[in-house]
Amino acid sequence: MKELWKIFSKGLFDENPIFVLALSLCPALAVTTSVINGLTMGLTVLFVITANNVVVSITRKWVNDKVRVPVYITSIATIVTVVQLVLQAFAPSLYKALGVYLSLVVVFAIILARAEVFASKNKVIPSFFDGLGMGCGFTIAMLIISAIREIIGNGTILGISVFGSGYNPALIMILPPGAFILIGYMMGAIKIYTKRKESKQVKGSES
Amino acid sequence: MQEYLTLFIGSVVVNNFVLTKFLGLCIFFGVSKSLNASLGMGMAVTSVITLSSMLAWVVYNFVLLPYGLTFLTTIVFVILIASFVQLLELIIKKHAPALYNMWGIYLVLIATNCIVLSVPLLSVESNYSFSMSIVYAIGSGMGFALALVLMASLREKLVHADVPKALEGTGIAFILAGMLSLAFLGFSGMI
Repeated sequence: MKELWKIFSKGLFDENPIFVLALSLCPALAVTTSVINGLTMGLTVLFVITANNVVVSITRKWVNDKVRVPVYITSIATIVTVVQLVLQAFAPSLYKALGVYLSLVVVFAIILARAEVFASKNKVIPSFFDGLGMGCGFTIAMLIISAIREIIGNGTILGISVFGSGYNPALIMILPPGAFILIGYMMGAIKIYTKRKESKQVKGSES
Repeated sequence: MQEYLTLFIGSVVVNNFVLTKFLGLCIFFGVSKSLNASLGMGMAVTSVITLSSMLAWVVYNFVLLPYGLTFLTTIVFVILIASFVQLLELIIKKHAPALYNMWGIYLVLIATNCIVLSVPLLSVESNYSFSMSIVYAIGSGMGFALALVLMASLREKLVHADVPKALEGTGIAFILAGMLSLAFLGFSGMI
């Protein structure tokens, strides 16, 4: 049980796909204009990465090493298509808002990387938790970014007004430039944080 | 003629793929450290996008649409483009080794990249004719190359600048891209 928690939690913090590994930034910037879009994208990736990890892990003994990448891509594309059809049927407005970025989940580096690095070498249950952890880490990152952008850029969160009517929203945060600048500063902040943590650890080991 | 021009300018500057649609960011931040590599990458991406959207258009309009298989578009396009780029790599390696030595490494990188997949998807979604989809692809590729070259020139100057320690590397590159994107926002009223 402890092992599984370890596998699960490393995706949340130590190897967070967006903040630490800096993979799959395209969606993190493109669809985080509002919390609901960011959340949908996060959950989509969570589902795809978990399902794909399970599929890859189950089939790992039969897939020839030479053709493994095409096999992974086909499996990811199939799962993404399922999500697309489900969203199109039950949440057409969200499907429209996410647009082409939903199809592009297929080529997210993080999903292929988890299949290659973890699921192709491990049993089904650890692979499931690895996918779940990475997906949750991704979703949390999307939530943080989209919440900041929606609050500053629109003065709302999930459509509910935060600052009241007197607030004059800074539109730039919702427009593309704001996304780039926000991510830039966030990366700086993470760098400072990890550096502090490292120096603390060094001090701890000395004493 | 008019609409072709509008489409072209629109895809190069107004709807620049990197700076307003956030596609191809991995290459954008990875390659833009040197100007030479950016030029090569820009060329490689433009030609691959153009060829693969021609191919994708043909497959979509002659196979997927008549047989009612449009729900398979994503799967088909991914496999089509990935295998096409591999094939292109083999052909260039055999018949034009000099070209391969110059651009070969970039081809491997772009086999499964979001910008190469998204241009055919978007042009199919917008129901462009064959010639329009070619213009759209060339425009998008050139827009990508333009952003890449601009960014590379800026980053070469950045080496001499005094950047706060925490923002060194990717951090400042993102902020710089934000500024560039702000400049490109100025084009938005053009069309």
